[in-house]
Amino acid sequence: MPPKQITRRLALAAFSAVALFLGAAPARAGAVAIAVAANFTDPAKQLAASYQLKTGNAVVLSFGASGGFYTQITQGAPFEIFLSADAARPKKLVAAGLGVTGSEFTYATGKLVLWSATPGYVDSQGKILSSGKFKHLSIANPKTAPYGEAAVETLKALDVYDAVAPTIVTGESITQAYQFTASGNAELGFVALSQVIKAKKGSQWLVPQKLYKPITQDAVLLTPGKDDQAAKDFLAYLKTPEALAIIRSYGYATAP
Amino acid sequence: MWPAVALSLELATVTTFLLLLLGVPLAWVLARANGFLGEAVAALVALPIVLPPTVIGFYLLLLLGPHGPIAPLLGLRTLAFSFTGLVIGSVIYSLPFMVQPVRNAFRGLGPAPWEAALTLRASPLDAFFSVALPLAQGGILTGIILSFAHTLGEFGVVLMLGGDIPGRTEVLSIVIFNDVDNLQWGEAGALAAGMAGFSFLAVLVMFLAEKRMARLRA
Repeated sequence: MPPKQITRRLALAAFSAVALFLGAAPARAGAVAIAVAANFTDPAKQLAASYQLKTGNAVVLSFGASGGFYTQITQGAPFEIFLSADAARPKKLVAAGLGVTGSEFTYATGKLVLWSATPGYVDSQGKILSSGKFKHLSIANPKTAPYGEAAVETLKALDVYDAVAPTIVTGESITQAYQFTASGNAELGFVALSQVIKAKKGSQWLVPQKLYKPITQDAVLLTPGKDDQAAKDFLAYLKTPEALAIIRSYGYATAP
Repeated sequence: MWPAVALSLELATVTTFLLLLLGVPLAWVLARANGFLGEAVAALVALPIVLPPTVIGFYLLLLLGPHGPIAPLLGLRTLAFSFTGLVIGSVIYSLPFMVQPVRNAFRGLGPAPWEAALTLRASPLDAFFSVALPLAQGGILTGIILSFAHTLGEFGVVLMLGGDIPGRTEVLSIVIFNDVDNLQWGEAGALAAGMAGFSFLAVLVMFLAEKRMARLRA
């Protein structure tokens, strides 16, 4: 191939690459970037889909432990909305000037469940916890995931924490804690009600609310989204009866 | 932080030892294999270099879990969340870091020393231990250093498989990951600096040793 032809081909390839990149860019540019606490994965997907259908605004969801997102946001992650699994982190972000003052509100109150993939394994009183029968109890990392913190509170309230501590395995988020249990590697685990409510598999004990501090999950508009109407619209959408019905269908309590 | 350092050192030591026992004979077989089958096995052994740890972790979770073949064989429910599970994972994950340099070293010897030993009526086993192994010591040293350093810093596979149990599966890199998420950047920084310093020294020692051996050979 003569050099001139090679140059032309290279130029063409470079041009196509740039065109591809530019073609892909606009679809992303307008999309609202949302950091979603792992426990809220399924409802967030459903909410995003129906919001997109209604408004035509695109939404991009990222899932992970609240603690991990908190760190990323303090380091300048370009999220516009944070759906946390607690109230403390959104508050701290606002205090640090990373969230819009007054934008925080509780979108859901989470419920903790002791769950096993094996039918009949977890009894309706959670007595299995003091039976000493299991090798592995899966929970989310209590330092970074509020559901993990609630699990530890429950174990302490039941006075079995010291006894079961050697069996505890920790997922980096509630999603991994669920996976460890669903795959059968851990016989049982503390997961979010939202993760098991639709499938209706295995056996579970809905942990009484008095055993752990309410998991108040707050949303906050982050500074990168403060002038984005689509981001504000999404937060407003979360308060509509339609959205609240979706959230409740996953077992969460919502403000009346 | 210190239990995690100790655990990572233990994991790296056990894994490297097992890799010496398994990897060196395997490298020897692969160095002498010439056909397609030999290259296919060599490619399989080399896979962890290019495969993401999540893929390896996924297969290990299936392999070591309650529905896999290994745990029931040992009379256990699962090998996930255990030190043994991490050792099995690490041996697979670091296998190419032992086999690759040792195989190259054996290949570099050529057939001459081996044939000479056999002509002098050494048994194949004797020839392997007193001729092939000493001559390939440069490659073996490289394999030891790379396997050890690679296992010491292992993260992805452990994250998929370990369950983050302090003293049992919470290795150094997991502590760094958790520290960063908890904004404990002091400890994360200390561990990361230690890891970076150690890795630099390990690779430096490897390069210096290789240089010295090349000079001795010349």
